[in-house]
Amino acid sequence: MSKSQLRSIVTDIIKSIAPDEDLSSLDPEKPLRAQIDLDSMDFLDIVMELRVRYNIDVPEADYPQLNSLASTVNYLMPRMQGV
Amino acid sequence: MGSPLRYNVLVIGAGMSGLAAAIRLAHFGKKVAVLERHDRVGGLNSYYSLNGYDLDVGLHAVTNFAPRGASTSALSKIFRQLRIKPENFDLSPQKKSRIAFPGVTLEFTNDFACLEEEVAKNFPSQKDRFRKLVEAIRNADPYHPSAERRSAREAVSSVISEPLLAEMLLAPLMYYGNAMEDDMDYRQFVIMFQSIYLEGFARPRRGVREILDSLLNRLDESGGELKLESGVREILVENGKVYGVKLMDDSRIECDSVLSSIGLLETIAICPESSRREKKPAEGKLAFMESINILDSSPVELGMEHAITFFSNRENFSFRKPEEPVDVNDGVICVPDNFSYGEPLNCNMVRITNKADYAYWENINPMENLPRKRDWHSRSIEGAADYMPDIRDKIKFLDVFTPRTVRRYTGHINGAVYGSPDKVWSGGTALPNLFLCGTDQGFLGIIGAMLSGISIANQYLLK
Repeated sequence: MSKSQLRSIVTDIIKSIAPDEDLSSLDPEKPLRAQIDLDSMDFLDIVMELRVRYNIDVPEADYPQLNSLASTVNYLMPRMQGV
Repeated sequence: MGSPLRYNVLVIGAGMSGLAAAIRLAHFGKKVAVLERHDRVGGLNSYYSLNGYDLDVGLHAVTNFAPRGASTSALSKIFRQLRIKPENFDLSPQKKSRIAFPGVTLEFTNDFACLEEEVAKNFPSQKDRFRKLVEAIRNADPYHPSAERRSAREAVSSVISEPLLAEMLLAPLMYYGNAMEDDMDYRQFVIMFQSIYLEGFARPRRGVREILDSLLNRLDESGGELKLESGVREILVENGKVYGVKLMDDSRIECDSVLSSIGLLETIAICPESSRREKKPAEGKLAFMESINILDSSPVELGMEHAITFFSNRENFSFRKPEEPVDVNDGVICVPDNFSYGEPLNCNMVRITNKADYAYWENINPMENLPRKRDWHSRSIEGAADYMPDIRDKIKFLDVFTPRTVRRYTGHINGAVYGSPDKVWSGGTALPNLFLCGTDQGFLGIIGAMLSGISIANQYLLK
């Protein structure tokens, strides 16, 4: 799966949780929560959507790696092979 | 996965909290069914039709109304958590409301500055004190498990030195979500203060049906099931764990966990004797009479310009079970026409709520029920005479419900709409896979109820 495919997987999830946020101008390197209004409940939902949609379990210790769009994509890359 | 009738979670009660919990669970792939004993959903916030009128029970207004984009509000949390579009609730903001006590009126709108100005104007000595109280409330996190448990009356009077102002601020919050007599849990006070004063009131044009329809659509889309007329007779327990429920028709359904939204005592009553807690929680005592009056002319033209009026004829507001059948000396008047709908509603409805004594209404001779209701309805309008016109000769449709009605349709002991004063904030019970949400978990009000279902589902059932 390519980086851009992964990126749209992640933004689709965020869009489903926070449809009122504008994701078009997201800077992939900057922390997501500095750019859009995501509280801790929303963040946990991203993790849960990854589990339900793609069967990917993100342990709590790895949450910091979902900080920005780019780091999330890098984190998911090896885990999404074959999905 | 065993027999096809085995569920991950069975939710008891299809009110706001049970439906919200079930949506979360179904959305994340749990096999879930909501069991409702009545023939319709809603619980304490339900609806019915009579003489061609579509009527609501419970809900006067949705609290926590915040303009679009204010995503830190409880309401927008609910929209996000349930994946519901805000427009689906079709909320229109109130025009204005008021708290009216002898000689003093505080108006408020969904703009908090209005209440601040009213307090400063009517209680000049309290201006800074009020600001200090609000500051503390804004900084409090009542949902946090370690939130301090204290008396709201003490907390308020430690800052506000004018007793009348303290009473006036407390009255609406107690009426809209307090199970305790005379006082209020500070956490609940904070939740209600935020939801009513700092945020505000709104209403769907179609009333509670709009909200329930949205919840049912989402439940259906997510794959959750709803079983109406499926009252639970017993929660089945073996080796200290719940394994299913037995319905009123004696059929059984198996499950991994049960989430009960029907109230703490009401849940204990359907658990086996052996699994009950040592200490019995207190019964709720606060019950209400409500009249729905549809007039032959517009209440707004009769001078009723507030969406909600909280009134008291006494300076000392008394929030306890009355000695007489109905306490007509304070109450709540709701005029659904006074919200800013895209197109005016003109339903000409006036709803009046007063505290009532459950025992009187439960034990009344059935032949006396209707005449007594009529009599107390009439006295209730007389009691509100300083705050509304005498509408008695303008009523073309009237329905009155009492605590007995509430008991019959919701199953709440004593018809106590806000449940037991002993709340279970953790949502846990003596059984490891039986959880509580809704009224007796502790978050009250319509938005609180949904948040309750969501947070208990998240905390225990979506791990």
